[in-house]
Amino acid sequence: MSEAPGACAPPLLPEAWTLRSRRDDTADTFTLVLERDGGTAFRFAPGQFNMLYAPGVGEMAISISGDPADGTTLTHTIRAVGAGTRALRQRVPGTQIGLRGPFGTGWPMARAVERHVVLVAGGIGLAPLRPAVLALAAAAEARAAAGLTTALYCGARTPADLLYADELAAWARLPGFSVRVTVDQAGADWQGSVGLVTGLMKALPGDPARTLAMTCGPEVMMRVVATRLVTLGLDESSIHLSAERNMKCAVGSCGHCQYGPLFVCRDGPVLPYPRLAPLLRVREI
Amino acid sequence: MTHRAALHLPASRLDDLFVALRGEGYTVVGPTVRDGAVVYDELDSAAELPKGWTARQSPGQYRLERSGDDAYFGYVLGPQAWKKYLFPPRHRLWSAKIADGRFEVAAGAPEAPRHAFLGVRACELKAIETQDKVFLREPAPDGVYAARRAAALVIVVQCTRAASTCFCTSMNAGPRADAGFDLALTEVLDDDAHYFVVVAGSARGAAVVEALALRAASAAECAAATAAEAQAIAQIERRLDTAGLKEKLQSQPEHPNWAALAERCLGCANCTLVCPTCFCNTTEDTTDLTGEHAERWRRMDSCFTFDFSYLHGGSVRQSTAARYRHWLTHKLAGWWDQFGQSGCVGCGRCVSWCPVGIDITEEAKKF
Amino acid sequence: MEDLGRLIKTHPFFADLAPDHLQLVVGCATNRRLGAGQMLFQEGASADHFFLLREGRVALELNVPQRGPFVFETIDDDEVLGWSWLMPPYRWHFDARAITPLRYFAFDAKCLRGKMEADHELGYALMQHFLPVIVDRLQATRVRMLDLFGATPGAGPGHV
Repeated sequence: MSEAPGACAPPLLPEAWTLRSRRDDTADTFTLVLERDGGTAFRFAPGQFNMLYAPGVGEMAISISGDPADGTTLTHTIRAVGAGTRALRQRVPGTQIGLRGPFGTGWPMARAVERHVVLVAGGIGLAPLRPAVLALAAAAEARAAAGLTTALYCGARTPADLLYADELAAWARLPGFSVRVTVDQAGADWQGSVGLVTGLMKALPGDPARTLAMTCGPEVMMRVVATRLVTLGLDESSIHLSAERNMKCAVGSCGHCQYGPLFVCRDGPVLPYPRLAPLLRVREI
Repeated sequence: MTHRAALHLPASRLDDLFVALRGEGYTVVGPTVRDGAVVYDELDSAAELPKGWTARQSPGQYRLERSGDDAYFGYVLGPQAWKKYLFPPRHRLWSAKIADGRFEVAAGAPEAPRHAFLGVRACELKAIETQDKVFLREPAPDGVYAARRAAALVIVVQCTRAASTCFCTSMNAGPRADAGFDLALTEVLDDDAHYFVVVAGSARGAAVVEALALRAASAAECAAATAAEAQAIAQIERRLDTAGLKEKLQSQPEHPNWAALAERCLGCANCTLVCPTCFCNTTEDTTDLTGEHAERWRRMDSCFTFDFSYLHGGSVRQSTAARYRHWLTHKLAGWWDQFGQSGCVGCGRCVSWCPVGIDITEEAKKF
Repeated sequence: MEDLGRLIKTHPFFADLAPDHLQLVVGCATNRRLGAGQMLFQEGASADHFFLLREGRVALELNVPQRGPFVFETIDDDEVLGWSWLMPPYRWHFDARAITPLRYFAFDAKCLRGKMEADHELGYALMQHFLPVIVDRLQATRVRMLDLFGATPGAGPGHV
């Protein structure tokens, strides 16, 4: 039927951003830094995502993993799992990528800054948590002075798959910060922990009423992490997860990202555990 | 909405309505018989309307048959919904030129064909308003849908007959439309006369009617119209019991009836195609062979397709049971959470057009 | 002996053990050290002890021919290690190597098994302490079998 171009404007129309740099992080993960032509500031909340378009190939939902205080560039750490993400990995600095966003709900940073924060990341799940960590890092001195702690737990498949290794070490040195890392398997040369990330979580950092947790990773991991946090005494409403579903429009009008009655692109991706818990228990929902 | 007087249009002058609509720049889209069903298409004159036709419908059955009278609008709902004119099944969102690692997107002006929808039933009007909730939702109303919706002229034809598959009364969606239309017609056909009682529901509707220079309908004519509409209500047989239905569906995802439905459901997606509120759509990115010209198209989609819920590694809803459960739960329950109303208008199309005859009004009772 | 008792009592694993049971347990305990890289025990050897780590990290590994040691878990400060002493044939199922310098308590298995036979209340209390740890580690291992961080999440190991 309708052949002629229809009306299309942001947020459905992508904007051309220039690739400033590309870095390979692990065997299948890479980081792109994008800048906007015209240089106007881009504001996003930690936890939000963009729809990135590999020209001529396709579009995919990618969490923003950069510093929310930086309005001039956008950082995306991406795992190459399909044609679109592989096409992005082949982009050369100086070329353009399409971008729509930011979309979705972010981590509850306003509450987080006045509480002990526990962050639990699994695999590529550290990428959407990184903006939250950076925001907490920027407030580290003030938070430490108020007696508030930040505990980051990271799990990865092997030591070679750990993301942001240099930054993890730097964050560990910040006042009030602790960083614990574990892998699923390692050889004899690894000095760190081997085991499930919940094995690192022995106790809450302080008063549960003044603690907030954020977790991102494979759904099974988030389920066991949430269970562990509740066992340790944290109230369910203080736990936040980042959900993932098939994304097409990212504005809640195509129906693809539905998770029960939730639109992951609008009601999520960051969701409080009480809202997600009944859905997590249901197969194929 | 300004309340206008009821006017009288003799059936013999129905073509004048077409002329008046064209005079206002509208293309008339309305019902016509084709391929054994009443479908919607562009119409040039009243001669193309399904005069004297109706359909016998039941779960998994639609049989066009002669009504035995000369009513133009005596037919009951066919398989198509008006949604195909408001959200075209396939349309291009934008095109882009790609060269030297750069790309430039061109969107183009919105197409807003001036369609006059002739023959919108109350349930269909409710369905359009239901889709409005999705496509006109803040903060990003859809440009394609919004332009077409604003341009379209809605001419309701009040139902004077119900199919056995209709259950609009259970969904507060009919059989009578009280507001939201530009014009509303009620067809009266008795031994002596054949006419329409016409009411304008908007300034645009009034403008069309003005050209026709109609006289006011008499009290008797209005009473006859009311009686004809009452007939539709009386003929409704089917009921969907919505009391507590949302909770029943959402709290029982492992109910054995989902497995039972999966034994019958073919996953053919007919229900989503004929449903006037189903809105799921998808985007497709294409490029030409040189890679210099790319386009993004949008097309209607169905949650019954296997890769609808695809996430790297596999689809979330692989089994037929899960996909059926998603569709029905969304329609009768999830919609309430999302949009504050039911997604179902009780038009009964999914009941008629399901090849295996799954009747959601019956299935709802099993939970 | 009393010093040892006080140290063991404050270890998280035995923090809530009844005083008379603690007395019995301490009677089988020694305080030890091990250098980084040294083996704590080896696969197939007699499981004559269990261990409470005070400070340091131990790698649990299985040696795979042509590939070398596969570390499947690490045990850290304040954790307990070893339950093969609880049931026949009382043999270790894997290797344990100190990754860092280690300070730990070693509990003589024969000594404790004898006391548990004589005092079933003690036996029950010790089982109650070990069981949650075993269940927790088993459950964590099951989740890791899904290979959630693999190329196809949750497809399990060996899936391309």
